[in-house]
Amino acid sequence: MPEKPDRNAIEVVNVSKIFGSGEGQVAALDTVSVSIRENEFFTLLGPSGCGKTTLLRLIAGFDFPTAGEILLYGQDIAPLPPFKRPVNTVFQSYALFPHMTVADNIGFGLEMLGKPKTEIKARVAEMLKLVKMEALAGRRTSQISGGQQQRVALARALAPQPKVLLLDEPLSALDYKLRKEMQIELKRLQHETGITFIFVTHDQEEALTMSDRIAVMSSGKILQVGSPRDIYDRPAERFVADFIGESNFLKADVVGATGGRATVKLSSGTEIPASLPEGFSPSGKVTIVVRPEHAQLGAASPSASLSGTVENIVYLGTDTHFHLRLAGGEPFIVRRQNSRGAGDGIVQGGQVGIMIGNDAAQVLKD
Amino acid sequence: MATAEEVAKAAERRDVRDRWLLSAPALLVIFLAATGPLLIVLIYSFLTPGPYGDVKWQFSPDAWLSVFMERDIFDDTLSLAAAHVTIFWRSIKLAVVTTIATLALGFPTAYFMATRSEKTRDLWLFLITIPFWTNLLIRTFAVLQIIRNEGIINTILLKLGIVSAPVQILYTDTAILIGMAYVYLPLMVLPIYASMEKLDFRLVEAGYDLYATRFKVLRKIIFPLVKPGVIAGSILVFIPALGAYVTPSVLGGGKNMMLSNLIELQFGQGRNWPLGSALSITVMIIVMVALLAYVRNAGKSGVRHG
Repeated sequence: MPEKPDRNAIEVVNVSKIFGSGEGQVAALDTVSVSIRENEFFTLLGPSGCGKTTLLRLIAGFDFPTAGEILLYGQDIAPLPPFKRPVNTVFQSYALFPHMTVADNIGFGLEMLGKPKTEIKARVAEMLKLVKMEALAGRRTSQISGGQQQRVALARALAPQPKVLLLDEPLSALDYKLRKEMQIELKRLQHETGITFIFVTHDQEEALTMSDRIAVMSSGKILQVGSPRDIYDRPAERFVADFIGESNFLKADVVGATGGRATVKLSSGTEIPASLPEGFSPSGKVTIVVRPEHAQLGAASPSASLSGTVENIVYLGTDTHFHLRLAGGEPFIVRRQNSRGAGDGIVQGGQVGIMIGNDAAQVLKD
Repeated sequence: MATAEEVAKAAERRDVRDRWLLSAPALLVIFLAATGPLLIVLIYSFLTPGPYGDVKWQFSPDAWLSVFMERDIFDDTLSLAAAHVTIFWRSIKLAVVTTIATLALGFPTAYFMATRSEKTRDLWLFLITIPFWTNLLIRTFAVLQIIRNEGIINTILLKLGIVSAPVQILYTDTAILIGMAYVYLPLMVLPIYASMEKLDFRLVEAGYDLYATRFKVLRKIIFPLVKPGVIAGSILVFIPALGAYVTPSVLGGGKNMMLSNLIELQFGQGRNWPLGSALSITVMIIVMVALLAYVRNAGKSGVRHG
């Protein structure tokens, strides 16, 4: 992977967006700040209504922030209309112009920029090749499939070589297989064009697959920004841990904390090490999170971190989920990858020990 | 026992028969009310005028000749009927200008309506259709009240001291145009609004996003997509405007004869029904040619855009 330069393409500074007024006003974004680096695949991830699309629309210029600044390479673009921003959007509905051909759609942005005809033609041909749509250049947009429309929408937004490409849940209308293909395709396009991508999605898997960094949003706020691995392995808040992947939440008491690491005491009395969110020094009761695949099963013994009863075993082909009930009554799930061969003696109703490794537990802020 | 194929065929036959049966009343009305009278008009245009109106059943091409030609009373030589040509030209000009004026006013109106929230849209639609509740003559007199020398506009202008004497608007071409634009505006707004309401405004956003200014978005995206509405509106305005009778007469003061006045004259004082018939059919031909040219032209540019 090439070294990403640390220049910021987009800086969102204390941006708020309030819709409506008086009693009915809704804060879609609440003093949000985030920096998006040049040449990075950045994802805004969150459930519907979290403000991710609003933030994208503010960057695109379709809406204007109630407060705050949006900087594009240091220049405040918040007051500019969309047609004066070197930023293009791939719309969720694609929004292809139905009265134009595929080629005319792709060339539209360049035409509006007043580029010479020969340059437009060459660039359109290049874009058609990039998204592998050369054969359908003369078709109407109503005569091509959903996946092809998606490619045209991408080519149209990339053709004017924007500084930043905004993608508003562009894959949500595609079927599963096509979506998988397009995820890889998008990553390839981002790599080849070197354009900064800001991608909006509610699909955590999509976010983890494609992103260099992810911002998890909820209720108009950004909760955590980090690489997919950071977000998954070290969620800072319960919402983040819950929204991305499966999680086991456990109550624990902080015994000691130094340098980003803490020792916590579980309900079983066992003390285990846990990581701390950045700049967070906890005390007293906290919640820790353990991913199902980060815990191991073993025989019930005093050396195990926790012990529980096997309530259910779900075989999923690639792996098996063990649904356990801890001694204190809390549910706990352990996921184990399957290998060929005989079983391991764990049966429904049996007692097992749960081992939580040195780097498996994470303390949450809330 | 009938085979399945025979049963299906019989059902299809029954279906076709029922369709004809059900549409027969409508077809009959259309024939009696539209095609029938038209045929009579066509036949009359080739007959000889009777002395007190009506026609004599004797073939004569004179009516058609005198639509554009004039026979000299002294030496029987033919020359161009300058009066008729002037009237035709005046009426066509008025219809074209009316269409352009209603389009210029109606397009933004329809855009405004289509961009309101769904609830208020119905209110605007309702307001636009209110004039239809009133008789055309009354609406025309209402315009007259507003623009006449002692009317609202002139009273205000005089009171404010902007003018020292009333501005003569009534009985001018401007008066006719104001009246025509007012009367025919809803006919332009409604079809454009119908197209505009279906417009996906995300396409407008996509246009802005791709560096199109507001004007370019209007020209390159909104206009091509609502063109069917614009064409329908133009047709709905142009046709009645060409044959407008009440509005030009009342607001123009009858100084300048329009096509409708000319035709009316032939059936009244002129007592020349064949000429009236020939003129009517000429108007119809003009409308048809104009529409064909317009629709074909509009259709072509649509294909080029796409």
